[in-house]
Amino acid sequence: MDWTALWLSLRLAACTVLFLLPIGITLGRWLAYRDFAGKGIAEALVALPLVLPPTVFGYYLLVSFGAASPVGQLWQAAFGRQLVFTFDGLLAASIIFNLPFAIQPMQRGFEAIPPEVREAAACCGMSPWRALLKVELPLAWPAILTAMVLSFAHTLGEFGIVLMVGGSVPGETKTIAIAIYDRVQAFDDVAAAQMAALLLALSLATIALTYAFSRRIGRRLG
Amino acid sequence: MFGSVSLRSALRPLLAIAMLVFAPDLGAVAQTRSDERPVVAGASDLQFALEEIAKAFAADTRLAVTLALGSSGNFARQIRQGAPFQMYLSADERYVLDLARDGFTLDQGTLYAVGRIVIIVPRGSPLKADETFADLSAALAAGRVTRFAIANPEHAPYGKRAEEALRHNRLWDAIKPYLVLGENVSQAAQFATSANAQGGIIAYSLALSPRVSALGTYRLIPESWHSPLRQRMVLLKSAGPVAKRFYAYVQEPAARTIFRKYGFVLPGEDG
Repeated sequence: MDWTALWLSLRLAACTVLFLLPIGITLGRWLAYRDFAGKGIAEALVALPLVLPPTVFGYYLLVSFGAASPVGQLWQAAFGRQLVFTFDGLLAASIIFNLPFAIQPMQRGFEAIPPEVREAAACCGMSPWRALLKVELPLAWPAILTAMVLSFAHTLGEFGIVLMVGGSVPGETKTIAIAIYDRVQAFDDVAAAQMAALLLALSLATIALTYAFSRRIGRRLG
Repeated sequence: MFGSVSLRSALRPLLAIAMLVFAPDLGAVAQTRSDERPVVAGASDLQFALEEIAKAFAADTRLAVTLALGSSGNFARQIRQGAPFQMYLSADERYVLDLARDGFTLDQGTLYAVGRIVIIVPRGSPLKADETFADLSAALAAGRVTRFAIANPEHAPYGKRAEEALRHNRLWDAIKPYLVLGENVSQAAQFATSANAQGGIIAYSLALSPRVSALGTYRLIPESWHSPLRQRMVLLKSAGPVAKRFYAYVQEPAARTIFRKYGFVLPGEDG
């Protein structure tokens, strides 16, 4: 049982969720309320990580953020550390790769708010910010929570990208999914089985939570 | 308001997440940790040997290293891309010498061992562990082989030597459709000893481990059938004092005994 790897995975998932919360609300809301030329492409771009093989994504990340790239060198100059093979790089990759898991449910949640309710809020003299806090977020929060839970679970299970961009550095980029792979190769079936069972239980709990929230959204609209 | 009560209660788990996130400072902890406990990249054939050596090192010096094991080619590529390893034990000295030439290392490194390959068959396999490959040849001709595991010759030195040995016996073209490639020689050993393959060619050092030898039978493949597995190690540019100490330790008698135990031939000694 690799506790460091588990802790690392949990922290990576938590950080991803924390960053995706404001990003998801902003973009989800924007896509829900606005109609514009090229909206189809924007939505397709958001959904791209869903269909892209993780290794393809990891490859492009390596090319764009690696030590030889301009972005990588800027980062190195600014922070003294690499972007790849570090927790920071993994977090950046994770945020981008989880965009559809965060944005899509939130977009549905905001779309489900009847326009009359938003108009009523505006008529009451609420500023857009107040309307967001007092009216929209409370109505959309099951969808937002679903998005967060899905992103959390998806990050816990991410393997292909971590392998490409992470390098399996213990304590830094060796997540629990990588640790399971590592233990299997070491013929350590006991440890691998333990960690796999734990991840399975976590995933099941996540899915159950997600369905519970979906029912709440359904009842609200019902 | 009805809605905002739910929102407020949703904030509490978010606060918990925030604490999870900011509790340890990401950058600083990783930085100091890497100085105290360097990451050493080792080829997969060292899976068991290096773990034992690291344990002995910890017992003898009270210093610790963290091991990352994988295919030599992959590590060489990652090092070129800035991976934070401080020491690299390759299964093929070519990778080390190329890294040295391109300025990623402190020096040319040291030859630490010479490896061997074995043919291994799991229990109940229609194949025999035959180091002359006669049985393999007959099995291929009779169509008894469906899957044969080796490491990926493109970036795993043990896979490349497996290919050389098969080519030497003119079996490569016949066996190619049935090959399953491990990403490194450990994964190849996984495949070869599972019920899913009839056998494979893996590292001698892996076959000698009790965990692996319990799963099947193996025979040493003649050295003359492939180019030697000259395994070279080197300290990388970022190597700190602990890594340097470990580098020296790997050349000392205690470590050499462990290498010998796993079937490695040590430089200066004959196999």
